[in-house]
Amino acid sequence: MVKYIGKRLLYMLISLWLIVTATFFFMRIAPGNPFTSEKKLPPEIEANLNAHFGLDQPWYAQYWDYLVRILNWDFGPSFKYKSQTVNDIINEGFPVSAMLGAEALLLAVAFGVLLGIIAALKHNRWPDYTAMIIAVLGISVPSFIMATFLQYFLAIKMGLFPVARWETFMHTILPALALAATPMAFIARLTRSSMLEVLSNDYIKTAKAKGLSQGVITVKHAIRNALLPVVTYMGPLTAGILTGSFVIENIFGIPGLGAHFVTSINNRDYTVIMGVTVFYSILLLVSILLVDIAYGFIDPRIKLAGGKKGE
Amino acid sequence: MQISKDKFQLVGSKYEDAEKISKPSLSFWKDVFIRFRKNKLALFGLVLLILLIIMAIIGPHLTGYDYRTNDLTNKNQPPSSEHWFGTDDLGRDVFTRTWEGARISIFIGVAAALIDLFIGVLWGGIAGYKGGRTDEMMMRFADVLYGVPYLLLVILLMVVLGQGLGTMILAMTITGWINMSRIVRGQVLSLKNQEYVLASKTLGANTSRIMAKHLIPNAMAPILVTMTLTIPSAIFTEAFLSYLGLGLNPPLASWGSMASDGLPALRYYPWRLFFPATFICLTIFAFNVVGDGLRDALDPRLRK
Amino acid sequence: MEKILEVKDLEVSFQTYGGSVKAVRGVSFDLHKGETLAIVGESGSGKSVTSQTIMKLIPMPPGKITGGQILFNGEDIVPKTDKQMQKIRGKEISMIFQDPMTSLNPTMKVGYQIMEVLIKHQNMSKQAAKARAIELLSLVGIPMPERRVNQYPHEFSGGMRQRVMIAIALAANPKLLIADEPTTALDVTIQAQILDLMKDLQSKMDTSIIFITHDLGVVANVADRVAVMYAGQIVEMGTVDEIFYDPRHPYTWGLLASMPSLDNDDKAELAAIPGTPPDLTNPPKGDAFAARNNYALAIDFEEEPPMYQISETHFAKTWLLHPDAPKVEPPDAVKKRMRQLSSAFKQPVLVKEGN
Repeated sequence: MVKYIGKRLLYMLISLWLIVTATFFFMRIAPGNPFTSEKKLPPEIEANLNAHFGLDQPWYAQYWDYLVRILNWDFGPSFKYKSQTVNDIINEGFPVSAMLGAEALLLAVAFGVLLGIIAALKHNRWPDYTAMIIAVLGISVPSFIMATFLQYFLAIKMGLFPVARWETFMHTILPALALAATPMAFIARLTRSSMLEVLSNDYIKTAKAKGLSQGVITVKHAIRNALLPVVTYMGPLTAGILTGSFVIENIFGIPGLGAHFVTSINNRDYTVIMGVTVFYSILLLVSILLVDIAYGFIDPRIKLAGGKKGE
Repeated sequence: MQISKDKFQLVGSKYEDAEKISKPSLSFWKDVFIRFRKNKLALFGLVLLILLIIMAIIGPHLTGYDYRTNDLTNKNQPPSSEHWFGTDDLGRDVFTRTWEGARISIFIGVAAALIDLFIGVLWGGIAGYKGGRTDEMMMRFADVLYGVPYLLLVILLMVVLGQGLGTMILAMTITGWINMSRIVRGQVLSLKNQEYVLASKTLGANTSRIMAKHLIPNAMAPILVTMTLTIPSAIFTEAFLSYLGLGLNPPLASWGSMASDGLPALRYYPWRLFFPATFICLTIFAFNVVGDGLRDALDPRLRK
Repeated sequence: MEKILEVKDLEVSFQTYGGSVKAVRGVSFDLHKGETLAIVGESGSGKSVTSQTIMKLIPMPPGKITGGQILFNGEDIVPKTDKQMQKIRGKEISMIFQDPMTSLNPTMKVGYQIMEVLIKHQNMSKQAAKARAIELLSLVGIPMPERRVNQYPHEFSGGMRQRVMIAIALAANPKLLIADEPTTALDVTIQAQILDLMKDLQSKMDTSIIFITHDLGVVANVADRVAVMYAGQIVEMGTVDEIFYDPRHPYTWGLLASMPSLDNDDKAELAAIPGTPPDLTNPPKGDAFAARNNYALAIDFEEEPPMYQISETHFAKTWLLHPDAPKVEPPDAVKKRMRQLSSAFKQPVLVKEGN
């Protein structure tokens, strides 16, 4: 187990280094100097700015400097908003995004698993077909379209929810729903196929031959095993919800990190794009690693495989 | 009971006959087709897909309008007999632009899937076939690259390389092929030790012949399914990037860029969002159900 | 002796895409207390379906009991609901499956998988059930049961897992144990141990056993009586001696001739039965075995043979026992072991018309 985590940690660090390096060099070759994109600055001011941001240094010095700063959890200043650092933006926006993300995650997992289990238990009957049509629709509608339609019909037309902003719990419902729709559909499909596979296993027949009721078999023998693959999906799920939040936050005017990220893309605010990308990458890779470790604890077969051989 | 005595003659087994009269054997693809046809939803998806492709081919020529010509006297017109899907903020015909957009969205999807296929089959095929250290190195590289969050990398590349059709496809495929290569490698690994491949090896078939005659046809099924499911994800990514303002340069129309242009005008000119959004959903839906149907038809064990 | 189980004209079919598969086509047999009946046949002969139908474990749909009765302790279980069956499964009738590697839940402790039966059927408390589970583990010959009870299935070898399965099956002292090829997936040395264990426990608990297998060699060691199944029907049934020393059905001959034996001389080749079993979506006209039968008569291709009785306990379903049928010589390997059994009637007696 320790060896396994160590190995995964090493891969994660390599991936991270790759991302940091790539972002650094991408930004250097990005078209146009960030300061000249809008109006011509006097040369002495430009030189000052370059010195301020370290752009007058040779590239390897800048690269080294960047790596060291990242290690110190310092993502540097913003090019556009002189008073703000990337750290400020993250500190301000991330808690909001995390709230929204957590709500969406909960929705996606709870309803996805429920839908998947119902579909599998009522296999090839109408609940199955209904659940799977909902799921395939959920996958087919991109989140920003879903968000727009929810906002248009439920908030603007029917007035059931606030249209935008981030104040009360009611404000969180529509964005969380829009964000959760696609991952929920994925989870429902995954749970269903995994549940069907589990239900066809011999040990389910054994449980039935013991005289256990369908309910006990489902809860004690089937669901637990069927959820194992769903746990592995939690990593990609977090990624989907994070990236999905870019557009959702924008549509609903939520002051989260995703909205800041989109603004920085539109402004070509390179240091913010860089910093937030690296931050997101760290977040994602760490959450995927955590999911994998958690999986090792949930599945008894894996716990031993890492240490000594099972038999 | 009276049975005539000649019925009790010893005639012996007729198992050659018995084997002959059993069901006519179906070729693999015929069998797949029959199973696919039984899946109503997948069949519906296929019909939808064919219709969408036909419209993408003929749609832009049906109205006599051009997708790029502005007509500022006729902007934001609602759907009418003149402009079937209305016009946008520059007075361009939304119907024509929608089908022009279909061409581009489907092109992006298909191109991304084909490039993924090409690199993935090459990379995964070589890694799986060579095995040993080559395999180890190649797959480690893929693992590390796979750790990079997909959409973030795509966004970053689009920011750096500038917007455009080519850069968009490049950005999507730069890590998109990894999935395909893993599938191909898995297939190759599991197939290459099977008896019939060993048999043809002992008969002196060379590597490329084994690849072409045995491995590729058997790996076809999962490859085809992965491709069918790559296309909708690429169409989705295109729409997503367009929404972030990283889409194609105007006046080029894609569904994503039309939808993101239409978003702010939703309250007053809903048709500008409605048509492209509907077709994005329909296309992704169609590809998804066809992909699911293909997967079930190709692997009867999964279908229960 | 007390009859514990009586199966009468059981018919089971499955709805599939290709049509309805008639997996069991009129099977009748009975089983006494403490007796072991072996059901032998190729894969697809309907032996597993028959046994799983007795516990109503076949998935319904697509499976369906289309006819017949299953009398367990004199009560027909065919019309019973799933709820009623839950009181019978595991308590009155229990089952051991073929593959011990997959028939235990991989994420549940072995002890708890045994305890489930005790808690459900014997109203035991958790502590009592655990203590009993440890006893059961040592009863089936698992060393260090106190430690083993808290382990997961992947920490057990195949033979050990099958012992656990036996412990689960016997936990509630069932009257009938169905063993569906319990040794097929195991090494030969382990097979013998498991068979010994089953025989030992059977004599202790006085359980009746239905032993499903395709291996006639195993049958000789465990069974009192043998039923040979082919294409969803019992084609021959009798005591072990009758089946091994006086077989009458050409399919049984085929099975015996294809069985390796130490007393075979080196020259004798093992005989294979040619061809494959028929497609039960459309069972062939006449005798289902006719097409593969070297001893087939003309009538075999037209009329289904009736059941003949050869002794009190010996039945065979073949036209060869008709008075007009020609005398045929069984294959050498079978002929060598044939002997006159005193129990046999002078002439086979027709018991049932073919339908």
